[in-house]
Amino acid sequence: MRKDGRQVERLQLPFRVAFHISMQSVRIRFWRSVITAAGTVLGIAFLVSVLTAMMIQRNSGAVTDPTEKYRMTWLVIMSLLVCLVGITNAMLMSVTERYKEIGTMKCLGAYDIFIVELFFIESALVGLIASVIGWFLGVFAVVLIKLFSEGLKVFGWISPGEVFLYLLLSIVIGTLLSVIATIVPAQVAARMPAAAALRVEV
Amino acid sequence: MAVQPQTNQTTATGTEYIVRCKDVVKEYMMGTQVVRALNGVTLDIVRGEYLSIMGPSGSGKSTLFNMIGGLDKPTSGSVFINDVDMAQLDAQELAFLRCRTIGYIFQTFNLIPVMTALENVMLPMIFGGLSTDEAIDRGIELLKLVGLGERLHHKPSELSGGQQQRVAIARALANNPQIILADEPTGNLDLRTGKEIIELLRQLNKEQGVTIISATHDLKMVDVSDRIVWIRDGRIDRVEERAAVEVRVGDVEGTPG
Repeated sequence: MRKDGRQVERLQLPFRVAFHISMQSVRIRFWRSVITAAGTVLGIAFLVSVLTAMMIQRNSGAVTDPTEKYRMTWLVIMSLLVCLVGITNAMLMSVTERYKEIGTMKCLGAYDIFIVELFFIESALVGLIASVIGWFLGVFAVVLIKLFSEGLKVFGWISPGEVFLYLLLSIVIGTLLSVIATIVPAQVAARMPAAAALRVEV
Repeated sequence: MAVQPQTNQTTATGTEYIVRCKDVVKEYMMGTQVVRALNGVTLDIVRGEYLSIMGPSGSGKSTLFNMIGGLDKPTSGSVFINDVDMAQLDAQELAFLRCRTIGYIFQTFNLIPVMTALENVMLPMIFGGLSTDEAIDRGIELLKLVGLGERLHHKPSELSGGQQQRVAIARALANNPQIILADEPTGNLDLRTGKEIIELLRQLNKEQGVTIISATHDLKMVDVSDRIVWIRDGRIDRVEERAAVEVRVGDVEGTPG
């Protein structure tokens, strides 16, 4: 401490440890994570289903309405925004549930930024997994529907390269969505006082 | 007897005070009303002593406890820990103090549920910059010290209340703190387990020389405390040395139940 003339040592939370804690947190609070993930899964599934449907339509040679594209873009953006709010809500609940844990970490010396870091890693992890699931569901649903309406020739209209590209796109958007949605909850968590650890529910 | 690394202050009389509270006043806003939780508390805590703060709920006991533990700041007056005025510390310095100088023990144990016993004990050491290997070695050593050498890799949910509190005590000791703050450490434990925990705390106090400050209702605590501070209506009602209360406590402990 500077009053003693000593250097203020920086406390640290190595990424490896933070990652481990976040990973365990997702695993142990599995159902809470599923709820958080559901937002991303649905948003990404919708995005990918629209993209896949448009690809199949394009490759089938059917005439497309040019205004259709704008309408779909608008719908996808709106759905992603709704998901964002959903994830934020689920994360906020999760923060309030964990007040004691957060307070305890602070009593052990955690800086505010450690808490933010833990929540961001956790949401990125959930977002990543949810994106992959969402991508799969989106492609699967559209292919299944088209299979019923158009028959086996649908497979000729799917370009695997493009579908793979959707996966990358999903991961980027889904993870980003999840992390952005966590900004506010993580701040709420970081502002929680260390004294929260002493609170006892009556 | 472990020599504390950061001893650098002695008062003129030769008694070392680790915590000094001077005219501490704490006011809270309750709606539009000002509630005075602490009304001018002056208290010096000697290095190495076992001090219990007692008082009914609403007496300001918890507020005083939070002040001493660097968890809250007084409205007026000051709290010094190791002669450092807590009001002068910024957030990072406070975090450092909580990590290295103070160990916390809670009524509800407060282990991090997603981490094993050993990981819980390791966490403050990792924050403090120890390598994983060093932290593992010391974590095992500490868990053995509190009698949990066989339960290193159990999650808190797989441990009994008494065992969880032992892990919490090991965690509080992780960075060789000078002070252990225990908030109702026996509040959620049965009589026998509570007694064991108190004995463990007393033993650590004697063997490691760590100052223990505990807020409690538990009269079992009186038995082992060097001093008991009774708080009433935001003021210190009286301070008792152990010698003076021993007989009276014997009466309380003697009653069945």
